[in-house]
Amino acid sequence: MIEFHLAGRSGVAPYLQLIHQVRHALRLGLLHEGDQLPKVKDVAAGLAINPNTVLKAYRELEYEGLVAARPGIGTFVTGTLDGGSLAAHGPLRLELQRWLAKARRAGLDDESIEALFASTFRAASEEDIA
Amino acid sequence: MTAVIETEGLGKQYRGRWALAGCTLSIPAGHVVGLVGPNGAGKTTLLNLATGELAPSAGTIEVLGNRPAAGPAQLARVGYLAQDAPLYAGLPVADHLRLGAHLNPGWDAGMARRRIERLDLDLRQKAGTLSGGQRAQLALTLATAKRPELLILDEPVASLDPLARREFLQDLMETVGEDQVSVVLSSHLISDLERACDYVIVLVDSRVRVAGPVDELLATHHLLSGPRRDPASLPAGLQVISASHTDRQSTLLVRTSGPVLDPAWAVSEVGLEDLVLAYMRQAARPAPRNDHRHLEVRK
Repeated sequence: MIEFHLAGRSGVAPYLQLIHQVRHALRLGLLHEGDQLPKVKDVAAGLAINPNTVLKAYRELEYEGLVAARPGIGTFVTGTLDGGSLAAHGPLRLELQRWLAKARRAGLDDESIEALFASTFRAASEEDIA
Repeated sequence: MTAVIETEGLGKQYRGRWALAGCTLSIPAGHVVGLVGPNGAGKTTLLNLATGELAPSAGTIEVLGNRPAAGPAQLARVGYLAQDAPLYAGLPVADHLRLGAHLNPGWDAGMARRRIERLDLDLRQKAGTLSGGQRAQLALTLATAKRPELLILDEPVASLDPLARREFLQDLMETVGEDQVSVVLSSHLISDLERACDYVIVLVDSRVRVAGPVDELLATHHLLSGPRRDPASLPAGLQVISASHTDRQSTLLVRTSGPVLDPAWAVSEVGLEDLVLAYMRQAARPAPRNDHRHLEVRK
């Protein structure tokens, strides 16, 4: 079972934060098919948020085909987001760590590294679309 | 779905002064409604009109489709928690529950007991010796155990410390999740209500400034910034809620149903707190249009 948290000042709507956290957990393999999501009532009570906000997030995830609600029982994970790629995470992480070390040796600070990654990532996605 | 509260031109006058005026609202069922505004804006007056403690001086109000406090049946459908959680200081917790059971035909004794256990309240303790947070939660227990369709709470967290405030709202949200009860609660701080509410009414100077579902309000309000511009020259359909200017730049909070297409503007989203504050500021000092000498200058 995962536990939700909310960043109060992030400017991201609470229901979107919940959706992101489920997707993130699916991507990292923290949630598997068949796992139950926390009950709406418990999330509402735990975070002091409106139950409708939780319902909205769960409905959206259901629409995306990632979870299914079983009336009276709860909401369960039915889909996956890792696309079978979870096994590839380890080697990729290792390569990324090597690259980060190289970037630091070249004198890049955190912000420069993030900016370089983001701009390269964007350029690559644009090439994919074109 | 019927409206939980429906008003038409509702007003209340005290000694020649309008505490509430021209209030037209239709609040759908199934929401947690935040009624926000500064102290003295008319929030308590509106809530007291809804509970039937006050009679309108003008206009009409219907609660769950009926006249407020029309009879015992109507009273049983509405739970009310007045400001500062009034309780009998000399009576123990158990006697408050007994009183609740005697006074309310639909009293759910099992629910009341479960809540008191969960809150870890001592049944023998006198209400006057409970902490502020415990008093508020006992009062909420009394208001919810009568199983109302609508729960009206007047400034329920104003006097609580941050921890008690969070616990009270957690408790309230759990109740809403369990019982599908509609809630209207007031506060002078929107930050208290931001997580809990999915519908907001902003009341300033005895008038409703804006009301609607939070999602809809957030989707239709935007913050625009760009080269300095006279708000009066903006396209129709763009309603300016607040504006600030430097000699080169204008920053506007606008309400619009469609997207903002003018490339001169950088468009960003607005949080609920900023949105509510903008309406409060607008009410406090209406900005004269077309008069540049009065435009607010900011760094």
